[in-house]
Amino acid sequence: MCLAVPGLVESIRDDNGTRMGKVNFGGVVKDVCLAYLPEIAVGDYTIVHVGFAISKIDEASARETLRTFAELGLLEEGLAELRESDLPAEPEA
Amino acid sequence: MKHLAEYRDADTARRLAAEIGRIVTRPWAIMEVCGGQTHSIIRNGIDQLLPPEVELIHGPGCPVCVTPLETIDRALAIARRPGTILCSFGDMLRVPGSREDLFAVKAAGGDVRVVYSPLDAVKLARSQPDREVVFLAIGFETTAPANAMAAKLAAQEGLTNFSLLVSHVLVPPAIQAIMRSPGNRVNAFLAAGHVCSVMGTWQYPPVAAEFRVPIVVTGFEPLDLLEGIRRTVAQLEASRHEVENAYPRVVDERGNEAAQRVIAEVFTPVDRAWRGIGVIPESGWRLADAYAAYDAERKFDLGGITAEESPLCKSGEVLKGTLKPNQCPAFGRECTPRTPLGATMVSSEGACAAYYNAGRR
Amino acid sequence: MADQPFPPDFSQFTCPAPLRDRPQIVLGHGGGGALSQDLIEHVFLPAFGNPVLDRLGDSSVLDLAPHLAGGGRLAFSTDSYVVRPLVFPGGSIGDLAVHGTVNDLAMSGARPLYLSAGFILEEGLPIADLVGIVARMAAAARAAGVAIVTGDTKVVERGHGDGVYINTAGIGVVPPGIDLGPKQVVPGDAILVSGTLGDHGMAIMSVREGLEFEAAITSDTAPLHGLVAAMLEACPAIRLLRDPTRGGVATSLNEIAALADVGIEIDEAAIPVSPLVASACEILGLDPLQVANEGKLLAVVPAAAAGDVLAAMQAHEHGRAATPLGRVVAHHPGRVALRTTLGGSRVIPLPLGEQLPRIC
Repeated sequence: MCLAVPGLVESIRDDNGTRMGKVNFGGVVKDVCLAYLPEIAVGDYTIVHVGFAISKIDEASARETLRTFAELGLLEEGLAELRESDLPAEPEA
Repeated sequence: MKHLAEYRDADTARRLAAEIGRIVTRPWAIMEVCGGQTHSIIRNGIDQLLPPEVELIHGPGCPVCVTPLETIDRALAIARRPGTILCSFGDMLRVPGSREDLFAVKAAGGDVRVVYSPLDAVKLARSQPDREVVFLAIGFETTAPANAMAAKLAAQEGLTNFSLLVSHVLVPPAIQAIMRSPGNRVNAFLAAGHVCSVMGTWQYPPVAAEFRVPIVVTGFEPLDLLEGIRRTVAQLEASRHEVENAYPRVVDERGNEAAQRVIAEVFTPVDRAWRGIGVIPESGWRLADAYAAYDAERKFDLGGITAEESPLCKSGEVLKGTLKPNQCPAFGRECTPRTPLGATMVSSEGACAAYYNAGRR
Repeated sequence: MADQPFPPDFSQFTCPAPLRDRPQIVLGHGGGGALSQDLIEHVFLPAFGNPVLDRLGDSSVLDLAPHLAGGGRLAFSTDSYVVRPLVFPGGSIGDLAVHGTVNDLAMSGARPLYLSAGFILEEGLPIADLVGIVARMAAAARAAGVAIVTGDTKVVERGHGDGVYINTAGIGVVPPGIDLGPKQVVPGDAILVSGTLGDHGMAIMSVREGLEFEAAITSDTAPLHGLVAAMLEACPAIRLLRDPTRGGVATSLNEIAALADVGIEIDEAAIPVSPLVASACEILGLDPLQVANEGKLLAVVPAAAAGDVLAAMQAHEHGRAATPLGRVVAHHPGRVALRTTLGGSRVIPLPLGEQLPRIC
């Protein structure tokens, strides 16, 4: 339902009482309303929907998710190796 | 782009799909509620990677699709008024009302404009004080903070030429309505990650418990979707029905509390008609009475606009997952993206349009 | 009366009526009188001037016999140019008006020779703006090696136009032995693309009211006949060429599939998109396959010649980033399929119309 894109907060300013900022999306910079993320700082990544930052990206969680994916691969490769090495030992299986 | 590209890796996607194939033992129907997720699934061909046991049902999560015909007709009536500028998000312009769409009103002389953000609509009102600027404010919970801020800023500045035609819809009541509908086939839900980034996940445990249905908060990139599906299948296979968060880099339990506060101030819950489905109690937001001056429905006399949907359209059944789009007798005949009869053919995120455009006829 | 000198001294006389040195276009500039002549003399001729145009006849007379000797055939095309804003990152309506028609001719394999230029100006347009657009148009024509040999100007009332509309028609010559067309397309042919997609459309979007974003995206507007000549030299049996302008590659591929009654298959991983255009499309929810290009072409070539044609493209300044995109297939005639990076597939539909940013 909702197209929201991650971007890097480059600058923050006060625009007539509204917290605004420049957010860089892979080289494309847009003016974004930061009013809903009072704690976000320059250098943080945020998810932006219709010109509003709605969530700060949690880098630790992102790393954790990616690590799970990487382990899934290692696990599978490990299993494959195991299966290959196990093959002669379990002819009846 | 950082935080996107990492979640599109083809090898990891295949591994996740293989893992789903490894753990699944029987057929499951999983609904992705969100139209953005439907879009990503079709665009990347994710459903084609899944084992045959896993069926994805495309839910009613496209705000463009479910906006009721009457609201569109009201927007058209407003756009026809002289001296008025009607603006909305791009994909809203193509949605047909009973007789025509906003493009047709524009062609007939109406001033209809596309904005990227609700703040652009406020800016327009500021710069054109002698014109009435009306923003067609649709969306799920994700869009509500932005639309609420437009109303709040207009009130703060005392703009008298700005108003919103609000048709907000909410996810949890829709999930409940689907689970209660006769013939429901949905075994589990992928909850929409961006809705939860605003609202948190605290609304979902009672729903999961009441209907004994797993709900996994899921992101939008291919790996996010496959991980959401993997965790859902794992729960189903283990007869668990919990709320899990598979999108923790963006979503936490509490959500964006600053946004929730402004939403609570500006909006108030209302029974909302969903195109193709009907009225779902307390399933939407309208402007609170304190913001009545900014409510286009109260500001303009729109007469008794009522609208009836085509009797041929079976979009309600499609949205509930009891009918595949191409099983509808009108699909590809009376009903195409150029001549949509109902919600699900209207936006490219709609299940019927997605099927039609992907050539699944 | 009596003290008036005779004969009267006209040297200091100024008439208050027709103020000819105006900063803006007025209706009279399209009236065919002195104001029209002013525009021709001070704006158009200095920019476009060439021996044929300078004769200022009601029509231009061209001697094509030398060009057609040996079996060359005439190619003729017209297009109208409407764009907002008139000047955008990387180009202007003037560049488009030359490149668009030159490229339409080039897609038939023709070498473009002559253009006409029809201007519809809106009352109130600053003449300085017109001069700038005309200068860019003249530079584009010179660079493309075509002469603007006839033209016309009309003025519409304020509010009845977007500043400037331009129509150009072009004449070119297709060399003997070259015959491009959908009938030649057969399953097994390779589909090549001359460079990154979506640059023009996103450059325009970046400055469109209400959508503005800051990005160093510039229009790819460019004349492609030189590239085409190099490609035809590498392989005279190229089947078909298309420039994917409005509606993007999605539209052109669907047209090819329909006209040739063949299926087309492209690979998602092969689609060339610059990182900035990809990011901009991401934000607005647009598909680069549906975004306009003004300096790119699609080529359907015999599979055996694909390597040679690709090398010729990559050796040309307008084809440096040329790459294989897909292939012509016998199944699903009339349809374009995309193999996704993840290994799935989907149909690329013919885009409905204007590209609109999505929220969902």
